[in-house]
Amino acid sequence: MKMITAIIRPWKLDDLQIAVARLGVQGITVTEVTGYGRQRGHAEHYRGSEYQVEFVPKLRVEIVLDDNSAESVVEAITNVCRTGKTGDGKIFLAPVGEAVRIRTRESGAAAA
Amino acid sequence: MHQDKKRTKGGSLMRGLGAALLMVLPVMVFGQDAAEPAPVPNKGDTAWMIVATLLVIMMAVPGLALFYGGMVRAKNVLSTSMQVFIIFSVGTVLWVVYGYSFAFNGPGEWFGDTSRFLLHGLTADSNAATFTKGVVIPEYVFVVFQATFAAITTALAIGGFAERTKFSAVLIWAVIWFTFSYLPIARMVWYSEGFLFKLGALDYAGGTVVHINAGIAGLVGALIVGKRTGFGTSAMPPHNVPYVMTGASLLWAGWFGFNVGSGLEANNFAGLVFLNTYVCTAMAAVAWSFGEWIFRGKPTMLGAASGAIAGLVAITPSCGVVGPSGAIILGLVVGLVCLWACASLKKMLGYDDSLDVFGVHCVGGIIGALSCAILGHASMGGVGTFESIGTQLGIQATGVGITLVWSGAVTAIAFYLIKFTIGLRPSEDVEREGLDTNEHGERAYDN
Repeated sequence: MKMITAIIRPWKLDDLQIAVARLGVQGITVTEVTGYGRQRGHAEHYRGSEYQVEFVPKLRVEIVLDDNSAESVVEAITNVCRTGKTGDGKIFLAPVGEAVRIRTRESGAAAA
Repeated sequence: MHQDKKRTKGGSLMRGLGAALLMVLPVMVFGQDAAEPAPVPNKGDTAWMIVATLLVIMMAVPGLALFYGGMVRAKNVLSTSMQVFIIFSVGTVLWVVYGYSFAFNGPGEWFGDTSRFLLHGLTADSNAATFTKGVVIPEYVFVVFQATFAAITTALAIGGFAERTKFSAVLIWAVIWFTFSYLPIARMVWYSEGFLFKLGALDYAGGTVVHINAGIAGLVGALIVGKRTGFGTSAMPPHNVPYVMTGASLLWAGWFGFNVGSGLEANNFAGLVFLNTYVCTAMAAVAWSFGEWIFRGKPTMLGAASGAIAGLVAITPSCGVVGPSGAIILGLVVGLVCLWACASLKKMLGYDDSLDVFGVHCVGGIIGALSCAILGHASMGGVGTFESIGTQLGIQATGVGITLVWSGAVTAIAFYLIKFTIGLRPSEDVEREGLDTNEHGERAYDN
């Protein structure tokens, strides 16, 4: 099993969800996060004072799925979330040792 | 059928009122020709003044509370709104107890007397003179109308030292300042025995009394209290610009009570005052936001709201002196100059006037006060009755200067007194965590 952690632009979530659902992904977890990478925030102006907003709002999307589907889902996320400008986000892929569905006590890929 | 009946009833009521008015009018005309009996308040004037008073109350709460509350950080929104709310309340009580007596009674040029302490001697039948000979309004209505001015002016100044001053310190300052700055300056400018009134200073609705007075108090307070912890290093943007927009809009609407009500009558002249107030504000909102657009890249909502307030401030002293074209010019000038004061002057001088009370109210008030002498002259389309622009400009400048020094000195004395007794500021940790939870035990939002 693999876990996909995607940091994306907040307004890309709807497109992402439709795209991964089409590939058979059953569930995703979304968290509102802030941070910075190469985009390094943006400037806001209030009565002539410029404030550098260092931490940009992003969404963190987590998806656990079997090894075989991972590559196509990563590809789909990349396609829908890409604008070509800095700040598009990142995707991390990590191995998952075990998964348990609490309701049925199923484990392994069946639970993911 | 039932509805028809109702309508008929309403119709006959209207006709009844019309007939009553027609019957009153000839009596009034004859009354003036005869041996001048005691004048009776006109119901239209009285009704308008009660509405105007309500409008000024709406300016303070919720208007000013929202305008200021939105501009501070989320951890101080209740502290800031609370200061406005309570000072407005305290000022109202003090006005009835001794404020009205000190400001609008007795022979002194600077201070009144205690003859109207707790409104002693006033009854529901007492009347106050207006600007037209023989026209009066109920004195109780005049008292409450003026009460709202005294109370909102004191609340205005807190924007200068918001987000870092103890609630107790702010309250003590408010009582001292209300008593020793607002009351004498209101008297000097507006009372028939007042020093500046007799000098011929023009201040229709409170450019000196309200805005310069509060604006300089905010600046002196900001200087003595000191900068907010983290000022200049951490960002302190407004936490809720929609609050600011809502507050500014309520202030704009309420200001018609403030300015037009200052005429004390619902007459033709009130139309000019209304128009001036409206168009100057609109022009200033456009000027500020277009100024930002040109010089700083983007027109902002905060800028438009600030511009509107700057326009309202500037037209306050001059709304009954300038003509409509003068009001437009004034709006253009004040929108751009106040933008410069808030964006550049503040940075150059390095003071932390949290909510730009000085940049908007004091600077805008000075422009407005001086504009009376220029844009109010007949040659500039104004309706002022003075002859020489130069002489009048000198009188206006005298009023501005006295207010700056007087209010600044009272504020400085008050704040130093507090500093060396109970202290002005909460601990740095309290300030960092926010005044809402520490001073008031409340929180505006779930984090």
